Amino acid sequence: MLDLLKSALGNSDLAEIVWLSLRVSGIALVFATVVGIPIGSALGLGRFVGRRLLVALMYTGMGFPPVVIGLFVYLLLSRSGPLGGLNSPLVPNLFTPGAMVLAQSIIAFPLVAGFTMAAVMGVDAGLRQQVRSLGATDWQTTVTVLLEAKVGVIVAVIAGFGGIISEVGAVMLVGGNIEGRTRVLTTAIVLETRQGNFEMALALGAILLAITFVVNVLMLRLQGKAFTE
Amino acid sequence: MNSAKPPAYIIENLTKVYKTRTVLDVNYLEVRAGEILAIVGPSGSGKSTLLRLLNFLEPPSSGQITYGQEVFGPERSVSLAARRSVTTVSQRPILLDRSVRANVEFGLRLRGQRDRDGQVRDALQRVGLAALEGQHARTLSGGEAQRVALARALVVHPGALLLDEPTANLDPYNVGVIEESIRALNSERGTTMVLVTHNIFQARRLADRVALILDGKIVEQAETEAFFEKPADSRSKAFIRGEMVY
Ligand SMILES: Nc1ncnc2c1ncn2[C@@H]1O[C@H](COP(=O)(O)OP(=O)(O)OP(=O)(O)O)[C@@H](O)[C@H]1O
Ligand SMILES: [Mg+2]
Repeated sequence: MLDLLKSALGNSDLAEIVWLSLRVSGIALVFATVVGIPIGSALGLGRFVGRRLLVALMYTGMGFPPVVIGLFVYLLLSRSGPLGGLNSPLVPNLFTPGAMVLAQSIIAFPLVAGFTMAAVMGVDAGLRQQVRSLGATDWQTTVTVLLEAKVGVIVAVIAGFGGIISEVGAVMLVGGNIEGRTRVLTTAIVLETRQGNFEMALALGAILLAITFVVNVLMLRLQGKAFTE
Repeated sequence: MNSAKPPAYIIENLTKVYKTRTVLDVNYLEVRAGEILAIVGPSGSGKSTLLRLLNFLEPPSSGQITYGQEVFGPERSVSLAARRSVTTVSQRPILLDRSVRANVEFGLRLRGQRDRDGQVRDALQRVGLAALEGQHARTLSGGEAQRVALARALVVHPGALLLDEPTANLDPYNVGVIEESIRALNSERGTTMVLVTHNIFQARRLADRVALILDGKIVEQAETEAFFEKPADSRSKAFIRGEMVY
């Protein structure tokens, strides 16, 4: 198994698979974070009509089966679908990494937004008022609350990453698991298992675990300060 | 006190209604520039609510507050500059999850000020905590935390400082330190102060004038001496004698 891992690591096909996994999930996570943290903060801190409905939708999204999101994205992007028919350069084609990024962004977004919302709601409303009293604008208040909720916000990002790096259904549907183009770790594991290459599948699984572990350790280092003091 | 100066605040027909309950209903109240005005009254009488309105944190339900050139009302907000010239030391201060230094510096950072070190040190010295600059705020004792809360408010040189029970639940030593800083700030900088307190002795020690609030209404306001020696309202007499339950 170790030998296999070694030969696998020297294998350029494998390097490509790992790199694509990281790229697709990484870019999707960036999108989900850039959109999810502001929306999560607004839902957690704001008071506006329809907030409760949005919160309920967000919670639903957090538990939504990724494969169903994959199906929606598939239908959206297919040639006869509403987006696929546009032929716009902004819309990715099916069976490309772009389509995988889109699906994974949608999967990660409610996780990031939902956990961010919970984190900022956990910050004492009295603190928010005192921050305002010290002269903070709305924007400064939100940033301060996010920093106070830092531990929870980082958990939100970790949850988003965990939800997509290990996800197989949606990337399989919209990516198609095409060798050399859209094959990622999870879809490669499925394929190798099906072909009876259990050792290879296990080695890929170990790599996936290692990546998740390393990424989480890095994120925890960001949280670090909050724990040491 | 300089009576030629215009008042810092003029409060007219001010009400605050939560749901259907009117918790504040002040016909008229002035806060004179540079004075310490004590607001005394039983629990739930609307003291903290009044301070939130004076800090422009919530709009009133009706009436208005004139602050300098600006008017604050149900549909009228004040400029950021006006809002930043007022700050509150709240009844239950919550410090940021950072160092003492970062907490005191916070208001200066919000205002984009540089060269904050000297100001932070001066503010901490005023409350006798210069030695704790590097400590984490969440590890402070109750009295220390309260004093850091005062330091983080006075560091921004507010024109008006609103103090909500700044010494509640503190031991005599901390009460003394805080009262001394309040007095020094008022005389050195001429900071206008509104001091909410349960403690009528504290009101007597610090305030130029005292107002009694009951059920959201100001029932008496007078110079401190007169308020305690010759209260006009029978309810003030009862309050001073400690007959009021709170
Ligand atoms: N946001 C709010 N919503 C509903 N009611 C409120 C709100 N804030 C305050 N109240 C009510 O308004 C009344 C006055 O509250 P306030 O905090 O101003 O009293 P206080 O005089 O400061 O009392 P204490 O001395 O106990 O601090 C209380 O009955 C309180 O329950
Ligand atoms: Mg109060």
